Amino acid sequence: MSLDPEVVRKDFPIFETRMRGKRLVYLDSANTSQKPRQVIERIVEFYEHENANIHRAVYELAERSTAAYEGARAKCAHFIAAPSPRSIVFTRGTTESINLVRYSWARANVREGDEVLVTEMEHHSNLVPWQLLTQESGATLRHLPVTDDGMLRMDLLGDYITDKTKLVCVGLMSNVLGTINPVRQLADAIHAMGGLILVDAAQAAPHMPVDVSELDADFLAFSSHKMCGPTGAGVLYGRERLLEEMPPFHGGGEMIREVFADHSTWNEIPHKFEAGTMNIAQAVGLGAAVDYLHSLGMDSVRAHEMELTAYALERLNAVGAEVHGPSDVDQRGGAISFNVADVHPHDLATIVDQEGVCIRAGHHCAQPLMRRLGVPATARASLYIYNTREDVDVLMGALEQAKGWFA
Amino acid sequence: MVRMSLDELYKEVILDHYRTPRNRGRLDPHDVKLERNNPLCGDELELYLKFDGEDLVGVAFEGKGCSISMASASMMTEKVKGLDVKQARAMAESIKRMMAGEEPGDINELGDLVSLKGVVKYPVRIKCALLGWNTLLEGLDEVP
Repeated sequence: MSLDPEVVRKDFPIFETRMRGKRLVYLDSANTSQKPRQVIERIVEFYEHENANIHRAVYELAERSTAAYEGARAKCAHFIAAPSPRSIVFTRGTTESINLVRYSWARANVREGDEVLVTEMEHHSNLVPWQLLTQESGATLRHLPVTDDGMLRMDLLGDYITDKTKLVCVGLMSNVLGTINPVRQLADAIHAMGGLILVDAAQAAPHMPVDVSELDADFLAFSSHKMCGPTGAGVLYGRERLLEEMPPFHGGGEMIREVFADHSTWNEIPHKFEAGTMNIAQAVGLGAAVDYLHSLGMDSVRAHEMELTAYALERLNAVGAEVHGPSDVDQRGGAISFNVADVHPHDLATIVDQEGVCIRAGHHCAQPLMRRLGVPATARASLYIYNTREDVDVLMGALEQAKGWFA
Repeated sequence: MVRMSLDELYKEVILDHYRTPRNRGRLDPHDVKLERNNPLCGDELELYLKFDGEDLVGVAFEGKGCSISMASASMMTEKVKGLDVKQARAMAESIKRMMAGEEPGDINELGDLVSLKGVVKYPVRIKCALLGWNTLLEGLDEVP
């Protein structure tokens, strides 16, 4: 079933908003996505008819809120083909999910002399936690290089994944280059050495089918707000065996089984990792976002974005923009970073904004990658289900205006 | 909503300094060299200062950044060269006041720099305009 973005747009109330009297051309979904009515209404419905704290009370209302929250967990498990909802931990988002693995798994398992491997294209959220971990543990942090056209140097795997490597941390889809990384190949390589792989799927989960078994991921993280859901919710998938073995992350209510004056025992997974009152309505909203994406079909989402990405790349190349990342849409998603000669990305973003076009300018939380690309900043247009060829055309018109200012 | 016009941001004098920056390049010898950047946007600036006693006798910059950051730095070098430390600091403080939406003080003193006033309407760009000036203030503290 193919996806008609003009129909999808009608689900998103924000597109009724005019920007400076013009059509809102939102090309910053890699940053955060817009929210469909189905998600917004689900959150309102929760607060109006189901709101109570979860897992703590015996009355009917609390049963409803708990069912809504746990229902969302089951939806998230299904979304990434996880074997059981027990392997789905709710967090605030990808950053917290990754930090949970750092504190809970890695602190107990990564020691002096060990290595943690990241890649040169990681988002800061999948880099800084590993800098902190390796600094405190005395382990070594290594970076798998990228090629000039934005692909991982898989030819170097033998040098970078060894019996010293305890953990590989890699993004499934780059937020800067759009590159879809060969995660399964990395998983096979690290598993052969007895290590684990953590997959940052913040950028991939909203845009393509993700299957933790196919990827053979040990941990996988994603955020609600980039996939049509509210901010404040995210997921950490972990293999059940690992989650069982791991010590808790935050201490507090709900994560315990029994508390004594001087020690406690832990709740079963995944509740062991969900201390305090969680972002309940946000998790329910994430569940509604999963339903929404399922109704479109993730294969259709991916197909639409491939087609639109090909069109945008063609238009950008035609005006001589320098586009970073792979040119083959089979190997990339719709986050397109580019530079236009003589126009700094900031100036570009300010000028196209006058035409109602939202693009990002800067380093996209990937400063080491910017250095690798040899640019201080890029402009980035990122595409999603509600974007159309018309959106790309408006962007291109605005780019021409920007060039005019600095010609 | 207040309608904003790009003409107020990209004034001709700003575009001129961006296209043809003044005092761009290394300054050798120098007394102070500072590298600062705008972490959110990636604007990068190297500022070189040369003093004769309390007088700022040489100012130059290198950098990569947007038109506002580079033009502001270029205008700054022209304006503060020849001033003494106290005067240069006062000028930087006036620009910062102007960017905070306050009265900058003596407009005549600022000359072309008044063209930066349009940036105030684009709040995210204010830190671009101030990159050079904040770096200068730090550099003036290092007067040998």
